[in-house]
Amino acid sequence: MQELRTLIGKEITLEWRQRYALNGMLLYIVSTVFVCYLSFKLKSNQLTPIMWNTLFWIIILFTAVNAISKSFTQERAGRLLYYYTIASPQGIILSKIIYNSGLMLVLSLTGFGFYAFVMGNPVGDLWMYLVTIFLSSIGFASSLTMVAGIASKAENNGALMAILSFPVIIPMLLMVMKLAKNALDGLDRGSSSEEVMILLALDAIVVSLSLILFPYLWRS
Amino acid sequence: MKNNWWKIVAVLLLTYTLYFGLMGTVPRRAILNESIRNVYFHVPMWFAMIAMLTTSLVYAIKYLRTNDLQYDLKSVEFTNVAILLGILGCATGSLWASVTWGDPWPSDPKLNSVAISMLMYFAYLILRGSFDDEQRRARISAVYNILAYAVFIPLIFILPRLTDSLHPGNGGNPAFSELDMDNQMRRVFYPAVIGWGLLGTWMATVRVRVRKLEEQAD
Repeated sequence: MQELRTLIGKEITLEWRQRYALNGMLLYIVSTVFVCYLSFKLKSNQLTPIMWNTLFWIIILFTAVNAISKSFTQERAGRLLYYYTIASPQGIILSKIIYNSGLMLVLSLTGFGFYAFVMGNPVGDLWMYLVTIFLSSIGFASSLTMVAGIASKAENNGALMAILSFPVIIPMLLMVMKLAKNALDGLDRGSSSEEVMILLALDAIVVSLSLILFPYLWRS
Repeated sequence: MKNNWWKIVAVLLLTYTLYFGLMGTVPRRAILNESIRNVYFHVPMWFAMIAMLTTSLVYAIKYLRTNDLQYDLKSVEFTNVAILLGILGCATGSLWASVTWGDPWPSDPKLNSVAISMLMYFAYLILRGSFDDEQRRARISAVYNILAYAVFIPLIFILPRLTDSLHPGNGGNPAFSELDMDNQMRRVFYPAVIGWGLLGTWMATVRVRVRKLEEQAD
């Protein structure tokens, strides 16, 4: 527990020292939203709520892949070797998952705020939508952190990150989009409980697999 | 001979399937008509693919436990055969769909799930290609293989059942056994499943032997 707290603290300090990376991600999501705004507004408010929702999650998907792919590459190999000697692999992966969840939460909330600001906000049940964003941040972070670890071991990891992560994340993305659609239409919250359960179950599978598999990945 | 009896069984079972699959009597159903014979080819191919992927998963776990490269070789060859069976399953399914559903690739959650899982296993092959060091390649691709399988199972078995699907057994549709299969068909269907599974295993073992010989030749 102490180890976990120290490692998360280390991630945050590291991010704070390299603030350009965080600012870069924020600028990335804001400019993507703005590009979407410019491209769609030209067609005089043609965006239906379903398209609004889909577009938002596609933006979040690309932001997530970009933000999390750097979680293993921003530190040099020598320093990773140093962590290997002092920390357990489970602690490392868990701290990275928790940290990335927080990062994704910040990025997607900023993205959502700006997106709703420029594209209009047709959401019926705002709290449920925010819960969806919260769950999606955890889900995306947990599945992408492991994939980022795999991709970082290969040589050309930029392209590899995309092709490895998109198929892995699609089941989660589909569930999230369905949940978001329910929140968008302001459906009764009870009707979304099944999606929430499946999303949590998928999270549990991916996190426990990460804990089991990361030690093997780490060793190489 | 003692170890090869199952290859003969595979040949016999598939010959039996081919003959009775094409010549045997099948129940007459609306829409399906004669295309119901595809049950003997399309469905067993998917079953065999899932069996091959499970075998590949088992070898990936074995590799991680022992660091023995021959398990890695088996793991990748079983995945290759699974991909081949998947492509064949897609082709036969597409043929069937164009007859019964009027569209070679209708928008159906099961089809999309399968397409995603094929992408996942293609990504596995690309991942393998990006390493030079054998041990490293084996370890990292084994890790990805296990992760991919954990996504593959919910994709194939859980998600399509939650939404409306054209496939039987999903979205409240009854499964094949209740609606379409009679005992006559079962007599061909089950041997077909075993036959395709054995043929896939045979192909994988041949490929493993070829790869081992290539390594010796180098």
